[in-house]
Amino acid sequence: MTPQPRRLPFAHRSLLALAAISAVALTGCGSSDPLGGGASGSAGGGNDGGSAGEAIVIGSQQYYSNEIIAELYAQALEAEGFTVEREYQIGQREVYLPELESGAIDVLPEYSGNLLQYYDAESAASTPEEIHAALAEVLPENLRALEPAEATDQDSYNVTREFAEEHSLTTLADLQNVDEPLTVAANSEFETRPYGPEGLKEVYGVDVSLVPVEDSGGPLTVKALVDGDVQLADIYSADPSIQSQDLVTLKDPENLILPQNVTPIVSEAVDEDAAAVIEEVNAQLSAEELIDLNRQSVEDQSSSADLATAWLAEQGLA
Amino acid sequence: MNQLWEALLWCLDPSNWQGPAGIGARSLEHLGYTALALVIASVIAVPVGWWVGHTGRGRGVAVAVSGAARALPTLGVVTLMGLMLGIGLAAPMTAFVVLAVPSILAAAYAGFEAVDRQVVDAARAQGLTEAQVLWRVEVPLGLPLLIGGLRSAALQVIATATLAAYVGAGGLGRYLFLGLKTQDYAMMLGGSLIVVLLAIALDLLFAAAGRAAVPRGVRVARQGQAQ
Repeated sequence: MTPQPRRLPFAHRSLLALAAISAVALTGCGSSDPLGGGASGSAGGGNDGGSAGEAIVIGSQQYYSNEIIAELYAQALEAEGFTVEREYQIGQREVYLPELESGAIDVLPEYSGNLLQYYDAESAASTPEEIHAALAEVLPENLRALEPAEATDQDSYNVTREFAEEHSLTTLADLQNVDEPLTVAANSEFETRPYGPEGLKEVYGVDVSLVPVEDSGGPLTVKALVDGDVQLADIYSADPSIQSQDLVTLKDPENLILPQNVTPIVSEAVDEDAAAVIEEVNAQLSAEELIDLNRQSVEDQSSSADLATAWLAEQGLA
Repeated sequence: MNQLWEALLWCLDPSNWQGPAGIGARSLEHLGYTALALVIASVIAVPVGWWVGHTGRGRGVAVAVSGAARALPTLGVVTLMGLMLGIGLAAPMTAFVVLAVPSILAAAYAGFEAVDRQVVDAARAQGLTEAQVLWRVEVPLGLPLLIGGLRSAALQVIATATLAAYVGAGGLGRYLFLGLKTQDYAMMLGGSLIVVLLAIALDLLFAAAGRAAVPRGVRVARQGQAQ
């Protein structure tokens, strides 16, 4: 009795095929998979001394600029004799904040306004000082926010220089003078953000509609603006393309967009000496310095480690 | 399981179906993009594939080109074309066509190659012109395989058409991106479920078309062999 090769019924076969295809499609966007975590740790270079218990674990968001800042802290700490471990490119807040709270990560560069909104969506704080004060109250017991840097990296409404001059625009309120319908290129979640189209209408009385472009203010968004497909684009304020494309960032006198000063969040494993080293780095990190670091990363493809080494030497910090 | 349940509820919520941003409108957009990509890819790949299959020439080139095209990461093509063509449908459509062409091209020439040479020779011996050999013998006999190629291309494109939303062109990908970025995983998973359902429906449709395309003579001959 030879067993016949069993053929699956047709419907089963196509379902299997579909399952396989969807699996492939899902893994295709693995780097931003919200369910997978995606913590890709990089081995800490050359810290052979000290047990894991003593090492300060430095994390970063899955964002190149954030990794550069984390690396600045890491090398500054190493220069002062601390042992550090690097856990860079950890997805989003939902993933890394629990790690900070549990003590698995000790230092992570954060952005003040968004972090505050994560813990307290209702907060009325709107200036950098108010936000810093409010953060101290909402952060979990075992975490604290060190002194923020002057550098910020926040959403900003940008127009081309030509468009700004044609309609004499300097602030968001000036958009009221533009007669044509306005569109803004931004990620789709911009629609739901307090500083999105609804907020703009509420605070400045300006109507805009969203054109979703999903590269987080990256080259596609910039191109849409420069091509004139949209009149406005949401670009992170520390993005070097604002300078290189000669864009004009519209001022926000009413603080519609929360300031996002670079703020290190640290655990109890970071003592006063280590905190002082990190704050010293922050004190030198101006808005221009951060943009310049980002520019070198984007244009020259320099690694975060090389950038940090050069920058710290330049500032006399290492 | 809980998230899957919430995704199902999201899909069934009537308020998610209304208006130009509703599931119905997005699904039509999505299917429209898939259909357009398949039509454009077919216009390119079918004549080339038939020519390769009929003449036996250029097979190496066809295999190499379609193999290379298969290896292109679609998001990369979307971004690259987006940087050249700007936002809108042109960039993702190019990427979908690149995605669909290899399957269709391979199926078109493989369909001809699978035709029994004796049948083609017999047709010539009976006095059929080359055009008649092509249209009356090779095309009908190769059609089921070609439809198989269209079927796999359709599956690839309908799953990948979610990337249209990456450059502002809409489709069901809007739910995936918006859900992902706003931690609305019910929306994200719900959008994916709709894509899966459409893909299954499309696959069944092509399977039926593939069966219907088998010429009567072939079917009779197969039954004869089976008996």
